[in-house]
Amino acid sequence: MAVASIQVSETPLVLYVLRRADDALILGHRLSEWCGHAPILEEDMALSNVALDLLGQARELYSYAADVEGKGNDEDKFAYLRDVRQYRNLLLLEQPNGDFARTMARQLFYSAFADLYWRAMMNSKDATLAAIAAKSEKESAYHLRHSSEWIVRLGDGTAESHARAQAAIDDLWAFTGEIFEVDAGERALIDAGIAVDPEALRPQWLKTISSVVGEATLVLPKNDWMQQGGRSGRHSEHLGHLLSELQSMQRTFPGVAW
Amino acid sequence: MVIAVFDDTELRQRAWDVAATVADPEIPVLSIADLGVLREVAVKDGQVEVAITPTYSGCPAMNMITLEIELALEREGFRNAKVRTVLSPAWTTDWMSEDGRRKLRDYGIAPPQAAGSRRALFGVEQVTCPQCGSGDTEVLSEFGSTSCKALWRCKTCREPFDYFKCH
Repeated sequence: MAVASIQVSETPLVLYVLRRADDALILGHRLSEWCGHAPILEEDMALSNVALDLLGQARELYSYAADVEGKGNDEDKFAYLRDVRQYRNLLLLEQPNGDFARTMARQLFYSAFADLYWRAMMNSKDATLAAIAAKSEKESAYHLRHSSEWIVRLGDGTAESHARAQAAIDDLWAFTGEIFEVDAGERALIDAGIAVDPEALRPQWLKTISSVVGEATLVLPKNDWMQQGGRSGRHSEHLGHLLSELQSMQRTFPGVAW
Repeated sequence: MVIAVFDDTELRQRAWDVAATVADPEIPVLSIADLGVLREVAVKDGQVEVAITPTYSGCPAMNMITLEIELALEREGFRNAKVRTVLSPAWTTDWMSEDGRRKLRDYGIAPPQAAGSRRALFGVEQVTCPQCGSGDTEVLSEFGSTSCKALWRCKTCREPFDYFKCH
């Protein structure tokens, strides 16, 4: 790999925006891996569409982080020239696609939160974040509906699809706690009315998840031990592999454009 | 040789008219004005600045639309026009003109319904078939050939059709 990673001046706001941008990029990239591989053509298009929405959100967030940072970085540098320890996405979102049930369980856990999050973020005192939120909340409503319908279909489907959907929910559950994690820098942004307090969204998130999982004849795990690390750059082994593919062109041919 | 001199108001109107001719590359029967993507045209010291807003965050047509606006203005003598993207207020299908809705229907795409039903967790929309006008339709996929469309099917004429999602 021929090009060095950038340095990021991680002020609380830059870090806050980068974390959400990384969430959108990494989940979008994972979904794009289904392109050409989904079980039916309609689903191939659906997953690519959702990936595209997330990529669009990531671009807006990265561009804003670049503006706030003011050090000459831009959306491409953030995406292509940070190494794995500089990425701040939720561990949930970098988990491999697995089977279709696993992709949909991951999507449900995230979309059920993102939908509430973006709606709440529309009231941010930060005008740019509020504007990005106003676009994103319209998209996340569709993402939530899509993943909810699939979880119900899989859970309340055949014995095989039920077992796989339950296994997906059991395995991914430990990654959901991180969604509600807040550090001191974020706490200050929440107090200033710029960021959203995720804890305030947890009851509604749990209600949505419980209702979908219940209708799917599945159960949520009782286990409440939660995995952490993504927000501070400590990732599972999967993210490095993802980035090596996502970044290979810019790392191999620095500055290449078409 | 006659050199026409326009003031900024006339220039603005001319520039708007030119920009408004740009078609959506994915739905060529609609102009960006029909869609509500064209938000504002300003003229300052003879320099044109056009503001557009994306339909969806990741809409790949935005780059194409930007380029097409610049080219259209260039062809009409507006040099170095700038196109910027604005996010707020967020685009909504409510901005689509009546004319735009009619053109969509004639083209075979069901126009967006009144907003509101999007919030229902499980789909409850009632969409009219743009081919035969039947209300007996069903959704095949919430995500269609572009970000802004869903794929539906008419149970009366049996034809599949695109539905422009409300947003």
